[in-house]
Amino acid sequence: MRNLFERVAGSMVAMTAMAALPQAVLAQAWEPTKTVEFIIPAGTGGGADQMARAAQGIIAKHKLMKQAMVVVNKAGGAGAEGFLDVKGAQGDPHKIIITLSNLFTTPLATGVPFNWRDLTPVKMLALDQFVLWTNVSKPYKSAKEYIAAAKAAGPNKFKMAGTGAKQEDQIITAAIEQLTGTKFIYVPFKGGGDVAVQLVGNHADSTVNNPIEAVAHWRGGKLKPLCVFDPKRMPYKTKVTDTMSWSDIPTCKESGLDVDYLMLRGIFMPGGVTPAQVQYYVELFRKVQATPEWKDLMERGAFNQTSLEGKEYADWVAREEARHIQLMKAARFIAGQ
Amino acid sequence: MDEIQSLLQGFVVVLTLKNIALMFTGIVLGVIIGVLPGLGGANGVAILLPLTFSMSQAPGGTTSAIILLSCIYWGALFGGAITSILFNIPGEPWSVATTFDGYPLAQKGRAGAALTAAFTSSFVGALVAVIVITFLSPIVAGFALEFGPPEFFAVYLLTFCAFVGMSKEPPFKTLATMMLGFALAAVGTDPVTGTLRLTFGSTHLLTGFDFLIAVIGLFGIGEILLTLEEGLAFKGAQAKMNIKVVLETWKELPKYWLTSIRSSAVGCFMGIVPGGATPASFMSYGVARRFSKDGDKFGTGIVEGVVAPETAAHAAGTAALLPMLTLGVPGSPTAAVLLGGLLIWGLQPGPLLFVEQKDFVWGLIASMYLGNIVGLIVVLTCVPLFAAILRVPFSVIAPIIMVICAIGAYTVHNSIFDVWMMLVFGVMGYVFKKLQYPLAPLVLAIVLGDRAESSFRQAMLVAQGDMSVFFSNALVGSLTGLALFLLFWPLMSMLWSKLRRGI
Amino acid sequence: MTEGSGGKPAFRYRVAETVVAAVFFALGAIVIFDSARLGFGWREDGPQTGYFPFYIGVIICVSALINLMAGLAETKEKNRSFVEVEQLKLVLSVLVPTAVYVGLIGWIGIYVASALFVALFMRWLGKYTWWKVAAVSIGNSLVFFLIFEFWFRIPLPKGPLEALLGLN
Repeated sequence: MRNLFERVAGSMVAMTAMAALPQAVLAQAWEPTKTVEFIIPAGTGGGADQMARAAQGIIAKHKLMKQAMVVVNKAGGAGAEGFLDVKGAQGDPHKIIITLSNLFTTPLATGVPFNWRDLTPVKMLALDQFVLWTNVSKPYKSAKEYIAAAKAAGPNKFKMAGTGAKQEDQIITAAIEQLTGTKFIYVPFKGGGDVAVQLVGNHADSTVNNPIEAVAHWRGGKLKPLCVFDPKRMPYKTKVTDTMSWSDIPTCKESGLDVDYLMLRGIFMPGGVTPAQVQYYVELFRKVQATPEWKDLMERGAFNQTSLEGKEYADWVAREEARHIQLMKAARFIAGQ
Repeated sequence: MDEIQSLLQGFVVVLTLKNIALMFTGIVLGVIIGVLPGLGGANGVAILLPLTFSMSQAPGGTTSAIILLSCIYWGALFGGAITSILFNIPGEPWSVATTFDGYPLAQKGRAGAALTAAFTSSFVGALVAVIVITFLSPIVAGFALEFGPPEFFAVYLLTFCAFVGMSKEPPFKTLATMMLGFALAAVGTDPVTGTLRLTFGSTHLLTGFDFLIAVIGLFGIGEILLTLEEGLAFKGAQAKMNIKVVLETWKELPKYWLTSIRSSAVGCFMGIVPGGATPASFMSYGVARRFSKDGDKFGTGIVEGVVAPETAAHAAGTAALLPMLTLGVPGSPTAAVLLGGLLIWGLQPGPLLFVEQKDFVWGLIASMYLGNIVGLIVVLTCVPLFAAILRVPFSVIAPIIMVICAIGAYTVHNSIFDVWMMLVFGVMGYVFKKLQYPLAPLVLAIVLGDRAESSFRQAMLVAQGDMSVFFSNALVGSLTGLALFLLFWPLMSMLWSKLRRGI
Repeated sequence: MTEGSGGKPAFRYRVAETVVAAVFFALGAIVIFDSARLGFGWREDGPQTGYFPFYIGVIICVSALINLMAGLAETKEKNRSFVEVEQLKLVLSVLVPTAVYVGLIGWIGIYVASALFVALFMRWLGKYTWWKVAAVSIGNSLVFFLIFEFWFRIPLPKGPLEALLGLN
């Protein structure tokens, strides 16, 4: 009896092992068989574009992939063009997309039919920081003072310049407004560089530029950072200006402005791809992240280097989506609302 | 004269055999990119970025990398004019205005002269802009900071008013096509509220109507259809093909010194602001037509009509690198990609770049001088070759042009829908031309429409709906005033002459 | 192009003017319609989304009407031939194959479609010998393939042939 049981159990193990084996081999074996298209749902020159092209450069330089990778910008309709393209490419393993917050904001604000669930999450590369900046000629020493001044001036007096409409910059502005009860004039511009220059030229009172967009003007003594919209301070301790490093910037929460916001820079694939195909890209981007060039890029842009994969990543995206719905509902940014 | 010393230092950095070779490579690639409407300058530079990424790691490599990329940019600026002149198809947006006189010149059998004039004035424009960058960069760089939304709107208004004056076409036809251009420009995402408009739920319309597709269709396809009507031949077949044409044209060019100076100034201004090379070329063409003594001959094929837009486009394209380097604001899509390149290589554009990366900056500036000289040599030696293309029989070249147009339209958004739109625009161009609906205002409206609207609405947001913001300071006030003056100039001069006749 | 050249007119100017003006009017009306849906007022912080498009649409419609009147008012002698039958045939003989070509791009890829298109054009309108036709049409597609797919890595639509050759 025992012998029989053992035999049955043994053969079952063997069978499962045999069944699992080809799969394991497949998981190892899948590789792109043709050129991979890397889609950027934003224009040339922006943050997502830079990151995607840097990744492409690293992959090419270190020969991390046998096939070639081409970068394609599909920026139309606040990125909807790119997302719809990937949504339509169901099951195509030769297409990946880098996302920014428009993964959530575009379908909500425009009503274009897509959702991140139409795509397959691959890997989070990093999170992009937002910093509250003002011109150095202004007297505010902290975020607290600045908000107090905005409140004292009354609604629609202070101008916040930002990138795009109903996207991350305006959502952060709306979150600040919801928290403090004051109202900014939000002025949308095309790119982060333009926004920073508008602030340097004193055409706006503040911005929430990404570090990389404003760092040159900070170092040039034209802009000053008030606080960072991350629950934790940035880890980079190398001095950026004569006196300050990124880690010297207080968090907004510390300064009495309890708003946090980080922007996803992550990779997705079309829906209906196999786990082996997803695994290939996870490995690929792990290798990218291990290169010195990538680490350099992270430090220069003062990125938050959280990097999730698999279920953790999907959960994070789902949480973030819920938060965007809530923020945008409160700000009345949702289409047809 | 610190600048001269730094510049000489820059030449030392640049003048290596490898860098000169890179310059030639870059220029040739750039010309190819400029000729084919499917390969924008931004595209070309973007695609080569990863390649330069490994290049930049070597010592002094960033300078070599930027030389390669910026030479592609110069090459594309030169190359855009070629197809404009030969086939009425602008290879790049900033060469649209070059078609207005360049193509008629080619039809008269003077393609060689038109090409020579275009290349030479491109070079002159670039040279003036580089000199401005070399000696005035600290002063000029700050100028762009003065530009907020109202100022930008005033610049676009000025472009518009400079270009649109009294035309020979019926006024209501001009108005209709112009407004059609604005309507097409409005399709897509509203830049201020992010709402979709005029898309009617179509995913194809999300991206709006790209300027390039309209231009390829209206000018390129439309022209082929018109040519067909008159039989199967290009009129430029008798074009002169030897290098003497270059020298003969050069003898003629000094006559237009005033136009050159004016256009260079317009170009530098638009580049530094940054307003872009395309509006610069239109503005310069409009201003030249208005102030030239041959003003009424513009559009019929005169060399001056090629000199004006080309000088300004190249001056603006070159000057646009200044705000890019000192402020991190790209003046054009191509500059945006170059900017991305700098960041990837680890260079931070901004006020400190000139201090911290002296070798790089002055190397780049020196390469602007050399790159444009190399570019001029390359394209001028090819003038007979380009003109010879016109000798290819129509039934061979026409389908190839159609294919080039189709590829060009497709690559804008990677969509076959756009190729269909190009065909629709082609039929439109054919019918409009026969019915005397002018095409230029339509094209200008597509270029400037959304930019002008966003600046206007940004200005209104800032001023909370107060229109007086367009006269709120000396800069914006004089820009707006100048624009209005140019707009009403034809009317005033008409009244004036009537008054005089009355007396 | 003039009446003197003797061809039979396919359309006269009056017809062409009327049709074009009507198309303009229709486009203007569409623009007005969608702008009205989005709101075309002027609020305290400036114009709404539909403000500019609305008035653009209005101007298009008004000028279309004026152009229509002007077109209808054309005198007999000015109402010359817009396009003659022979000319129209020539234009259509290119326009129709081009439309077919664009339709084919999605099916068989841009390179094969282009080769066929160039070949047809050369053979039909140019009457070239077959070997010249083949050399130019295939050579042309090859050059574009090299430029776009190989050097600049811009993917263009490809079809079954490229899949067969393992090129996509």
